[in-house]
Amino acid sequence: MRKEADYANIPKEKFEFYQREGDIHDKKLETKPVGYFRDAMRRFARNKSSVIAAVIIFFLILYALLVPVFGANDYTRAATDTTYLQYARLLPKWDLFAWAGWDGCSDATLSEADYLARTAIGVETGMNPVVEVYRAGYEKAGTGSNSLYYDVRLDSYVKNGMIYLTLTPAEYEAIQDWQLEHDIQVIYPAVDTKKFRIESQRSDANLWYECSPKGVPKLDKEGNFKPLYKTTGNDGDYYSRRIEGDDGSYKYATVAGTSTATSYRVRVFTYTYFQFRYGFEPSFVFGTNAYGQDIFTRLASGARFSLVFALCISAINMVIGAFYGAIEGYYGGATDITMERISDILYNVPFVVVVTLFKLHLANKVGAVPSLLFAFVMTGWIGMASTTRMQFYRYKNQEYILSARTLGAGNFRLMFKHIFPNALGTLITSAVLMIPGVIASESNMTYLGIVNLDSSTRTSIGSMLSAGRAMISSFPHIILFPALFISLLMISFNLFGNGLRDAFNPSLRGTED
Amino acid sequence: MFRSVCVWTGVLKSAGSAQNFQQRCLNTKKEWRKAMFKKNSIFWYILKRIALMFFVLFAILIMCFVLVKLLPVTDAEAFGKDMNLILQRREALGYNKPILVQFWIFIKRSIFGGDWGISETLYRNQDVWDVFISKLPATMLVNVYSMILSVPLGLALGIYAALKKNKWQDYTISTLVMVFISVPSYVYAFLVQYLFCFKLQWFPLQMKSGTDWLSWPMFVSVIPAVISLAFGSVAGLARYSRAELSEVLTSDFMLLARTKGLKRSQATLRHALRNAMVPVFPMILGEFVGILGGSLIIEQIFGIPGVGQLFLNSITALDYNFFMLLNAFYTLIGLATGIVVDISYGLIDPRIKMGQR
Repeated sequence: MRKEADYANIPKEKFEFYQREGDIHDKKLETKPVGYFRDAMRRFARNKSSVIAAVIIFFLILYALLVPVFGANDYTRAATDTTYLQYARLLPKWDLFAWAGWDGCSDATLSEADYLARTAIGVETGMNPVVEVYRAGYEKAGTGSNSLYYDVRLDSYVKNGMIYLTLTPAEYEAIQDWQLEHDIQVIYPAVDTKKFRIESQRSDANLWYECSPKGVPKLDKEGNFKPLYKTTGNDGDYYSRRIEGDDGSYKYATVAGTSTATSYRVRVFTYTYFQFRYGFEPSFVFGTNAYGQDIFTRLASGARFSLVFALCISAINMVIGAFYGAIEGYYGGATDITMERISDILYNVPFVVVVTLFKLHLANKVGAVPSLLFAFVMTGWIGMASTTRMQFYRYKNQEYILSARTLGAGNFRLMFKHIFPNALGTLITSAVLMIPGVIASESNMTYLGIVNLDSSTRTSIGSMLSAGRAMISSFPHIILFPALFISLLMISFNLFGNGLRDAFNPSLRGTED
Repeated sequence: MFRSVCVWTGVLKSAGSAQNFQQRCLNTKKEWRKAMFKKNSIFWYILKRIALMFFVLFAILIMCFVLVKLLPVTDAEAFGKDMNLILQRREALGYNKPILVQFWIFIKRSIFGGDWGISETLYRNQDVWDVFISKLPATMLVNVYSMILSVPLGLALGIYAALKKNKWQDYTISTLVMVFISVPSYVYAFLVQYLFCFKLQWFPLQMKSGTDWLSWPMFVSVIPAVISLAFGSVAGLARYSRAELSEVLTSDFMLLARTKGLKRSQATLRHALRNAMVPVFPMILGEFVGILGGSLIIEQIFGIPGVGQLFLNSITALDYNFFMLLNAFYTLIGLATGIVVDISYGLIDPRIKMGQR
């Protein structure tokens, strides 16, 4: 029988290393570790509608960022051009979808005089504004008069016809050279205005034919217009191309001014003048608004403004809300109660009042946009703060915080290194969900006219909607595209945000959708 | 409070003889009162909330008052006006006193005295309060109609979607709800105005003027505004009630109800619906309080001469008396909605204890 071992004093040489190498050989993990964010992204990718929404948002942002840069042309750059108004309220036109009614035309019912005046443009220029006649020369029942009416389809790009322009000699020559180079008629022969007895008819550039004082054209026996082109007088040696049927006797301008400062009053065709001026045929995918601004590029820059604005606000609010909520939640007690009352008071001020007061006090000093930004920042962080506060209450009493504190971690380190990352997921979600909210209330405020963000260079979606509202019955396209854009943006942002929320907080899934 | 009422009725039932009735009543009343004033009872909770509400309202009013007072009054100093007269009037109205003294005058005059001043620019020389009261009916009319339309419709859609969960009916309703919640209200206001008022010409473009609030032509003329207002709240209600009901439908007591032999309709009606309505009903109540506030945008689009338009006009015309009154009004409505919603939770569902975290 062996003696009991003396465990307290085992000689040193009896010990033996279990493992001589420095490393401990555990079995290596065969799969990659999945972190919180990677896991959230995986859950997000499974949600089809959110992914589709994300793609749509991506394209909308692309549109908002790229179009103002690459879609700009000479027309959109010339923001203060006085000829802009000539191209106001043009209808959307896209050759690709012309068959679907996206052809810049609209249906109209014209009186006979009006109908003939429009066709006269077509006779003179070869571009007839009347694209199609649905019903010709019928009498309207119940009107009492025996005048005739025409149901037609009018091309909005051509229907305005001619305008009078006063040019300097250099401009006059430039147009003539351009006409020769491109073989397109811009300047049309001057009209002998003395033949018209009514003052307004003398300044109407579209009258180049004999007509009654009421403006009804007088036709000859074959039903043709009787031209009143000027054949006498000075036109500054017009050398460019002439219209068909001109034997060289027509004069193309009326000269005014002194010999040192001559000016030429010419009749130009708005359609071809546009080509001369801006280098391409007028064709606007989304049409133009009441000031002749191209809606396609303007909407993009408005959207860019709204998106950047919303992004800034949501970022600022996230930072403020995170700090405020962290302090509230971490310290609790009297600090919490005091800070809660402050945010309570701010939260209950109606938002319209905040915006109004900021506008009245600050708009003249720092401008409309910063004052609106301050108004959004004033109340926007409260939601973020309460989210963070809730997360802090949830985590601050857990064991790992206690252990970190025992190891000597300071307040700041505990707050932002140990607790805050738990609130990050919900914070990011609410920051994303805040973007559509900000865009919506910004467009509400500009729409109501409480703030005005509209100028020749800057716009927002709400301003565009508000500008188009007055013409909703006659030109719905002005309001249609901004409204469509903001609707699409809102829907996809909400879907995207919900998807993010579900991905970051799987436990909240389905509570609000 | 519920518990205390139960105690009271229980004691009443057990009261046998008439002689002791008075004594017992006194006892029970005492008991009731004891329960009423017990710490954490709903009574204290309501009192606390109302006190807090007035504190917040007071703070907001002070903030707005000071900010408004700091604004320049340029209109009065316009060219061609008698500066002497203006100075005298300012002195009489106390404009030269310190702002906090002015605020005390304002509180005394408006909140305790009911005199909110006289309109300076918008409705010259008319009493602000009277103008405000005259604007209320139009707003309330439109909102009441929209509630009557949206509450049953929203609930019905939500319940139907929850019952048909994950079928095509549910998907259709949920998609539509998502669309209508996301799209800003003015967009479908435009749609309604363009389609029904302009293209089809069923309704006038703007609300009819006049004060015959309940007449037929008036009803027809507010329909577009009512529809546009209802879209949003129908969608909100449907979404909320669907989420609540579908959660209740999957809970264990529903399974128990089915296993003990109730039909699906019975179980749904008696158990699921009642439980699902607990969070939905306060929301409806909150909307009822919000009826007074109205919608700024819808009122502007359809030309409703209501409170919202008055507010917008007071901003553009810089009529500060209107601004202060409407500011207090909107703040009060917002606060009151919060309180009503919170309290109604406890009243509807006694299991929810008020005033406790």
